[in-house]
Amino acid sequence: MVTFQFVPYYEIEDLGSARRVKKLIDIVKQNKIVLLQGRLKKEEETDLIAIAMEEIKGKFRGIELAVINPEEKGQEGLKRLRNNFFNAILGDRQGLTIIGPASIVKDIKKDPTKIELLTKEVRKKG
Amino acid sequence: MIGALKNLINKLLKNLFKKKKDIKLGLYGPPNGGKTTLANRICKDWLGEDMGEVSNIAHETREIQIKEQISIKSKGRELDFNLVDTPGIATKIDYEEFVKAGMKEKEAKQRAKEATKGIIDAIKWLDEMDAVVIVLDATKDPYTQVNITIVGNLQARNIPVLIVANKSDLKKADVKKVQAAYPQYNVIGISAKYGNNIDKFYEALFDIAG
Repeated sequence: MVTFQFVPYYEIEDLGSARRVKKLIDIVKQNKIVLLQGRLKKEEETDLIAIAMEEIKGKFRGIELAVINPEEKGQEGLKRLRNNFFNAILGDRQGLTIIGPASIVKDIKKDPTKIELLTKEVRKKG
Repeated sequence: MIGALKNLINKLLKNLFKKKKDIKLGLYGPPNGGKTTLANRICKDWLGEDMGEVSNIAHETREIQIKEQISIKSKGRELDFNLVDTPGIATKIDYEEFVKAGMKEKEAKQRAKEATKGIIDAIKWLDEMDAVVIVLDATKDPYTQVNITIVGNLQARNIPVLIVANKSDLKKADVKKVQAAYPQYNVIGISAKYGNNIDKFYEALFDIAG
């Protein structure tokens, strides 16, 4: 069974970068797929990868990550500038960040109109 | 925003007191894109020696490797830099993949352990770079999150970037697809293995590190 956990942006809004990343990794380590409203800062995305690497042990083999931001494309000029400004001040609440444990999520394929989340086949023993 | 401004000021100050020969040119990208093959090509062309081992099994490079004082010449110009070859960045490492590739379990687990440390080091070194060449496998999907994250990070740090679509000698290679994925960057299709289009690559280096 695959479990998803939605994390609204306000839940990470007041946390510092390290605690944000830790919170998300902790959920993923419970074998849940995180659906985060919005996206992390660019530096936090690399921190997420680095922390995932540090946490690799036993059954935890890392993460699969995808950031979907349908508004990003097609924005031009002033609108893009305005959004970049507000995102820098208030955080980026647009789009969705998907983080899953690599032991469950095989791949996340992005397409302009759809997302495919491919899970691994788990065979029961016995 | 404040972080980006701080990075920019730090970079400007660093560059102000830096000698031109101290430029660090990093090779970044996902595993098996051909970073070390390109590093070897550069070192062979300008120093007459190899830089590191290459392999078909991912994560062959698990430590940062530096070759100092490489001097390249193109169209009467000269560019001096230190070349930094980095381990491929991935979001997951599974030792069982190495076992499938023919390794013994103990060896595979050790490789996985070293690979995770290599990725952490590669990420830490991002801040040290003055310019970066992102080496992508032109036969693979360029839109992966790892690629997007690396590009986004370098952009946030104001580090000049050149994207190389490597393995252009292979039938499945699609350099145009890589260019379409990153329209804001200069993308050069090359074959690091055979040296195809390598002169154009050297010329493009002057734009980001010259």
